[in-house]
Amino acid sequence: MTRATRCTLALALATTTALAAGTLARAQTPARYGLGRPATPDEIRARDIDVMPDGRGLPQGRGTVAEGAAVYAAKCASCHGANGEGASAERLVGRNDGDSFAFATNPKLVRTVGSYWPYASTLFDYTQRAMPFQRPGTLTPNETYGLVAYLLFQNGIVKEDAVMDQATLPKVVMPAHGKFVVDDRKGGRTVK
Amino acid sequence: MVERPTIFTLAELKRFPGKSMIRFIECSGNGGRAYRLTTATAELTPQQTDGLTSTSEWTGVPLATLLREVGASPKARWLLAEGMDAAVMTRSVPIEMANDDALIAYGQNGEALRPEQGYPVRLMLPGVEGNASVKWLRRIEVADQPFMTREETSKYTDPLPDGTARMFSLVMDAKSLITEPSFPDKLEGHGWCEVRGLAWSGRGRITRVEVSTDGGNTWQNATLDEPVLPKCHTRFRLPWQWSGGEAVLMSRATDETGYVQPTTAELMKVRGPNTQYHFNNIRAWQVGADGVVRLVGGAA
Repeated sequence: MTRATRCTLALALATTTALAAGTLARAQTPARYGLGRPATPDEIRARDIDVMPDGRGLPQGRGTVAEGAAVYAAKCASCHGANGEGASAERLVGRNDGDSFAFATNPKLVRTVGSYWPYASTLFDYTQRAMPFQRPGTLTPNETYGLVAYLLFQNGIVKEDAVMDQATLPKVVMPAHGKFVVDDRKGGRTVK
Repeated sequence: MVERPTIFTLAELKRFPGKSMIRFIECSGNGGRAYRLTTATAELTPQQTDGLTSTSEWTGVPLATLLREVGASPKARWLLAEGMDAAVMTRSVPIEMANDDALIAYGQNGEALRPEQGYPVRLMLPGVEGNASVKWLRRIEVADQPFMTREETSKYTDPLPDGTARMFSLVMDAKSLITEPSFPDKLEGHGWCEVRGLAWSGRGRITRVEVSTDGGNTWQNATLDEPVLPKCHTRFRLPWQWSGGEAVLMSRATDETGYVQPTTAELMKVRGPNTQYHFNNIRAWQVGADGVVRLVGGAA
């Protein structure tokens, strides 16, 4: 359909609406314009890769700390350091004394998955969508589960025999959980 | 949480009733170099300290129109915007913001979005930290809660001195900056010149900009150039007679909510010295007796 034909159609509809309403006012906004086409279940599955804190979106699969250690050494250590201590890419492993959360005032605190990330789901979601840096999106669900297990173990959050899957990952409580508050700035006189 | 999951082509998006608006966009890390200065003065330009912002005319389809089109559930509270960059970057957006003035933008300054600006379409959230206006948009998902992506937990959160961290601090508070005179300007001769700069707020219009030429002891109202648009850079001016001695120039913006741009000390008190984003503190420029202009450091 050409652009000109579309415009003619839209004008005809507008005229009908105006007559029906007995006024020369502009056409009412329709509830829908009927544009676009339905997304198929396969199309949605291919793109719907996000994982939420309660585990929604986690794929089937599983991974252990040992499996994750092998994947980490092969695909992550070159940028994040042999043990997650950071190199060309950011540090992933480390806790602060007493799990201090004085990040606003103490520049010496380490900001890592273990010290600052409030949800384990974020680690899965980000790793599977954005890592490894050179080939993002190529990790299998099992590899990602293993990496999550390994990094949580390195951060002292799960035990060495931990298995990550759809059931266990959402149950992980991160040290930074509960430290975050939703923005309460609303304009006005108070500086927050 | 939509009745009709739908795929739109760019051509189809352009058939919806569109909207153009002139709005700023700013990186929420903009100004970090000025916030953390430890020297008394610094040879930094406005571009170097606060250059990560710009104003454009954005054209697109209101996101609210698309949410109606697909039948978003009344229970929807958040949506996820997902890019098609290599990292498939995601941010969660409150539904109120999506239904307010958010655009799915396909045009910028009268032409198609350029590749580096997010072609074919990007999210445009006026007044909001730039990272949330996801470029190369490929998907929007609607949900009952935020998705807690990496960019809204590990990054773009604000640790506070009380030992918590603020998340979803999306709106950019009012800010202003003197751009003339500034480093590396050198005033040539005593007498009249004009202090000029830009003011903006993510919460609406700028209602007042005050300028001090004595380091914050006294303030005068600057003139605002028309048009003063909401969530848009607004130019201010104040004629000033330089006597030839040392002077410290500052600007202070107020927006339509009554918010007044804080001093560095005021902002540091509520955010701490090690905060990473939202540096809207007052900037100061020292004019030396020799006319050389430098950025003033430390908590002014």
